[in-house]
Amino acid sequence: MGYTFQFGEVFRYWPLLVEGAINTLLFSAIAMAAGLAVGIGGAVCRNSSNRALRAVAGGYVEIVRNTPLLVQLFLFYFGLPATGLRLSATEAAILALIFNTGAYSTEIVRAGIENVHRSQVEAATSLGLSRTQAFLHVVLLQALERVYPALVSQFILMMLASSIVSAVGAEELTAYGNRIQSENFRSMEVYFVCGAVYLGLTYVMRFVLAFLARFLFPRRRALARA
Amino acid sequence: MAIVNLSGVRKSYGSLSVLKDVSLAVERGTVVALVGRSGSGKSTLLRCINGLERINAGEIVVDGRRVEQNEATLRALRQEIGIVFQSYNLFPHLTVERNVTLALSLVKKMSTAEGHAIAERVLNQVGLGDKIGAYPEQLSGGQQQRVAIARSLAMSPKVMLFDEVTSALDPELKEEVLRVMEGLAREGMTMILVTHEMDFARRVANEVVFMHQGKIHEQGPPSRLFVEPATPEFRQFISSAIN
Amino acid sequence: MRSFNPNDILFLAQAALWTIALSLIAFFGGGIVGAILALWRISTLRVLRMVASGYIQIIQGMPLLIQLFIWYFGLNLLGMDLPALMAAAIALTLYSSAFFAEIWRGSIEAIPKGQWESAASLGLSRFEMLGYVIIPQALRLALPPTVGFMVQIVKNTSLTSLVGFVELARAGQLVNNVTFQPLPVFACVAVIYFSTCFPLSILSRWLERRTHGHRQPVRSA
Repeated sequence: MGYTFQFGEVFRYWPLLVEGAINTLLFSAIAMAAGLAVGIGGAVCRNSSNRALRAVAGGYVEIVRNTPLLVQLFLFYFGLPATGLRLSATEAAILALIFNTGAYSTEIVRAGIENVHRSQVEAATSLGLSRTQAFLHVVLLQALERVYPALVSQFILMMLASSIVSAVGAEELTAYGNRIQSENFRSMEVYFVCGAVYLGLTYVMRFVLAFLARFLFPRRRALARA
Repeated sequence: MAIVNLSGVRKSYGSLSVLKDVSLAVERGTVVALVGRSGSGKSTLLRCINGLERINAGEIVVDGRRVEQNEATLRALRQEIGIVFQSYNLFPHLTVERNVTLALSLVKKMSTAEGHAIAERVLNQVGLGDKIGAYPEQLSGGQQQRVAIARSLAMSPKVMLFDEVTSALDPELKEEVLRVMEGLAREGMTMILVTHEMDFARRVANEVVFMHQGKIHEQGPPSRLFVEPATPEFRQFISSAIN
Repeated sequence: MRSFNPNDILFLAQAALWTIALSLIAFFGGGIVGAILALWRISTLRVLRMVASGYIQIIQGMPLLIQLFIWYFGLNLLGMDLPALMAAAIALTLYSSAFFAEIWRGSIEAIPKGQWESAASLGLSRFEMLGYVIIPQALRLALPPTVGFMVQIVKNTSLTSLVGFVELARAGQLVNNVTFQPLPVFACVAVIYFSTCFPLSILSRWLERRTHGHRQPVRSA
């Protein structure tokens, strides 16, 4: 095999790679924030006393977890226009990512909520808090603090999986990689570099999310210092 | 007029009858100790008073207001009734100060400054003014229980309920909690407590209520009850509680 | 242009056999490599531990799609026949192996230290301890997440469509290209995936409950 790697051919395109990486982070950040919101709503529905709500949320979670993200993406991108709703590749990609992350977050947040002891709600309502206040300030915050590591893992898997949205041409890192290799025919080098950038992005995300936790959950900081 | 009035209260879990026709009046400014074996219904009775348990029959009236199972009534009522639990039930993710001020800001809509002032006052009252910035898990059990008392106290309740608040504590930590409770009693707080501390009941309570098999079996001032128990069940209970 | 008909469904079903075949390759291939990696991860040799953990970090830190592209174009450069199938098999195997290794290492490490100590006190060698005492117990813990990861494998095979391998997702695209009825076509594809994955999910959850005892859900709000 007489192949010589020529990474210079890839680095020439560095502005595209940077833009792609930024877009990947942007897609992920939106999907994380919106997916977590969906997840909290989903978890509340899963624990609701209303049978119909429980069933809808349960069905949503099962459908998402048991079908590939790629097929979900195709349904959003190719399928939705058939119902009259035309989405750009980026819109379809972000929607699919939110739809997907929302279901996994639902299960994670639900587990967190179930692990907060009932006596916490009793203590809060005994002080005169409404059930909603008790849920938001006492149960949910504790639940999120507890499941934060699981959420972080889930978000990182989602960031990596977001490379799939290049399949419909949404402009993130992998799509830019595809574009570069179609111009310079250095596919191996291009995807090695893309892979390395993704690896770097996982560290960036871990760092940012750990930093965020210090503000979201001040207790950890206080206990670490003590 | 009694501030807490129970009449004909019945409570059952399925076929198990826990409270059988309990009537009790608690006068303002008095301390009532509920004693009895575990399973006699004393904790359930206490939890019925602030609506944590729904009663099946009878009536509970606190400060002229009927305890009913709807959220608006219960919320209003629970601002008047403080409760302290055996397992403290502090909010682990919040500082001591925020544990105390959470309900002040959410329920009483107080400003941060007002809340802070109250937190300082009640924490000093239980001897923990210096722990205002700590998190619950940084405190001993006795300190956590005193924070729980302060948290209730901050709401300026008219009645305080204590559900076996020293049972989870090591003997050396019980004293500090009991001292705080004794201080409250001296200041005229109306208190209803479920307790296994017979010495404390004898010393602090105005009225001792002995519960047996879901009923009030015997009741009266400790000076009489502990000296001349009228029923063999209570006599047996005291001798086993002391040994 | 023609409409989506039963023949198309038959075509999708045939393609689904490739999805299953790829899943089995990834499961067994990934299982074998993953088992070796798991043992390396808990090895007493520092080098083996470091190699395994570096490998796992890299595999888990890169998208599967990128790994597929690397193998697909790499094998092409080497002039291999059937590059799509080969690339798919290799990439899925290696990707799965990293996850299996972590699942199984976790299961082994979840066995209480006392078990190692009592096995050692009987004079067993390290391999005897693993083989007779630790692994038999770890298997019970490992089974539910292993079955759970099979769901991920089945879903992951869909990515091979992006290097042109004709499995279920690719077949769906092909059918859509001639029928222009994306909603029924991809819904049908989704249903086939679901009917493959859902039983595995249920099985995994059932095993999980059997292993860890049933937890009563707590209702709130």
